[in-house]
Amino acid sequence: MPTQSLTSWGRVLRIEQKVLTFASRFDSLPDSSSGSLLPYGNGRSYGDSCLNAGGIALKTAALDRFIAFDPATGILRCESGVLLAEILRLVVPQGWFLSVTPGTRFVTVGGAIANDVHGKNHHITGTFGCHVHQFELLRSDGQHLICSRTENFDYFTATIGGLGLTGLITRAEIQLRRISNPWIDLETIRYESVDEFLALCEESDRDYEYTVSWVDCASKGNSLGRGLFMRGNHAPAGVERGQYFSKSRTFPFVPPVSMVNALSLKAFNTAYYHKQFRKKTRQLQHYEPFFYPLDGLLEWNRMYGPGGFYQYQCVIPVEYGKEAISELLKEIAQSGMGSFLAVLKVCGSIASPGMLSFPMAGVSLALDFPNQGDKTHQMFSRLDSIVSSAGGRLYPAKDGRMPGNLFRSGYPRHQAFKQYIDPRFSSSFWRRVMEST
Amino acid sequence: MKKILIIGATSAIAEATARIWAQRGDQLFLVARNKEKLEAIADDLRVRGCPKVETYCMDANDVEGHVAMLDAAEHLLSGLDTVLIAHGTLSDQQACQQSVELTMREITTNALSVIALLTLIANRFELQKTGTIAVISSVAGDRGRQSNYLYGSAKAMVTTFTSGLRQRLFKSGVSVVTIKPGFVDTPMTAEFKKGLLWASPETIGRIIDKAMLRKCAVVYAPWFWMWIMMIIKMIPECIFKKLSL
Repeated sequence: MPTQSLTSWGRVLRIEQKVLTFASRFDSLPDSSSGSLLPYGNGRSYGDSCLNAGGIALKTAALDRFIAFDPATGILRCESGVLLAEILRLVVPQGWFLSVTPGTRFVTVGGAIANDVHGKNHHITGTFGCHVHQFELLRSDGQHLICSRTENFDYFTATIGGLGLTGLITRAEIQLRRISNPWIDLETIRYESVDEFLALCEESDRDYEYTVSWVDCASKGNSLGRGLFMRGNHAPAGVERGQYFSKSRTFPFVPPVSMVNALSLKAFNTAYYHKQFRKKTRQLQHYEPFFYPLDGLLEWNRMYGPGGFYQYQCVIPVEYGKEAISELLKEIAQSGMGSFLAVLKVCGSIASPGMLSFPMAGVSLALDFPNQGDKTHQMFSRLDSIVSSAGGRLYPAKDGRMPGNLFRSGYPRHQAFKQYIDPRFSSSFWRRVMEST
Repeated sequence: MKKILIIGATSAIAEATARIWAQRGDQLFLVARNKEKLEAIADDLRVRGCPKVETYCMDANDVEGHVAMLDAAEHLLSGLDTVLIAHGTLSDQQACQQSVELTMREITTNALSVIALLTLIANRFELQKTGTIAVISSVAGDRGRQSNYLYGSAKAMVTTFTSGLRQRLFKSGVSVVTIKPGFVDTPMTAEFKKGLLWASPETIGRIIDKAMLRKCAVVYAPWFWMWIMMIIKMIPECIFKKLSL
């Protein structure tokens, strides 16, 4: 079996792993006993949840076939390696859209299920897993389990958000949602504080399908917690602009040091916050820049230099949301670390079927941090204690460092989940959070 | 709208090329050995917009079956104007050296079956005085190297055959396109360590489509292989024999 150097989106870890290309959904898993297995889709998880040091990566990139699409019902069946980008290319011209999409369209369907991803409409639609009708799970004992709400429901709930540990998802059936055109009717509102942000969410959650905000993580004192709040809906029929041309550029190289530092951060954030003079603006924006602003700059993760970066994404339960988020922002601003992209979002109360699903009713904060070694890790520990005492949890898909006890207290169902793990599957993430303190 | 026959339709390169044609609205007749895999690809192409996809199970080495297959293709698509021959196996050089039987089988799969198919297709296209035939050969056919000269010599036969055929059919308005891919990251080459010179099947698919539209004669895929092979071909035998390529 050939080996390949695999990494994840954060580029902190780079692991020589044996690689098996899974080219047909009718194949069975390799029977060799040369290490544990873990599916590897498009490598967009940030930390080590898609890596398996010493094991075999089951690459699903070649499982990229559609199986059926019914433009009358919006039900799509496809193999698990199909990218969301491919789905959009197929269905948007036919008046359909993903029910839930994360912030990048370069993830596979299998990855979207295994991480139970969520998007800007979480408060209305729940997670990706809420819109999965069924999928096929290939287990190492050779079984092809069909999992749905009526069949093998226990494996259905374990696999949604199950981090690829329950077996290989070979194909899935998902429900899409109707749209009239590819445009989003978007409003951007400047806010001054976390209080104002929460008030805007409350005011908007009912009438706007998509809400999200960019928060200035470099500002302190009076301007702590300021940012830009975005709310939008799919534009109705007739409200549209001309042809949209997809643009993308590639970040061309890995700079010797991170281009994100205290100086550039302060400058960018101040400029970005002031990019609009008015309190509120309204525009018609194509769905690509609206949902996937970062997909326009391919390989942007190189900007953090050779050390890579971590993302810290937590969710704090509603009742402690305001205090904990303010505390986190204060801590981050004081550290001078952080990144251009800091996202604040209120998650809704729709429960996902997934046992280890990340979102919960509350406030979620996500930020990237260049990997600066101990200094970064010490700050993470301080953030961890705020999250932990507020009863919050971190997102495994984004994580490459959380202490085991934070995972275990954040995901109380991990004990029940264990019995559904395929005995031949494992991941670096899983071993880390189950074995470390 | 073209009417296209693809032999070896489950190969990664053929599948990538078929997707381009499906999206363009061409009609496809897919031939391969494995029914399950063939149907999975046909379903995918239908979803991607292909107005008509037919499948046909056949082992290319079953030369007796070629006529029936071609008749079925012409019947079901009401004619044919384009053919892509993409089937093949990557021979295990070491194993072939130890087995005459395996050697013969690899030559049959990679060369003789292609020539048998081309003979029939050429006559039909010559009569209808139109059409495009693309055949996937390989850079390996440009010069025999100890690491894979069996595969290479089979592909050399294909390259030479298509060269002659191109001349013959030119008068009838039929174009013959010889595709010479370099390293392509497909299940066939899963065991190899990948590097800078490797291309994806999608890249090769786009090159094939473009070459067929422009009716090119010989196309290296990607282009830089033309220069690499030119250098390799220029090395004098007295030096070449000492190299470990």
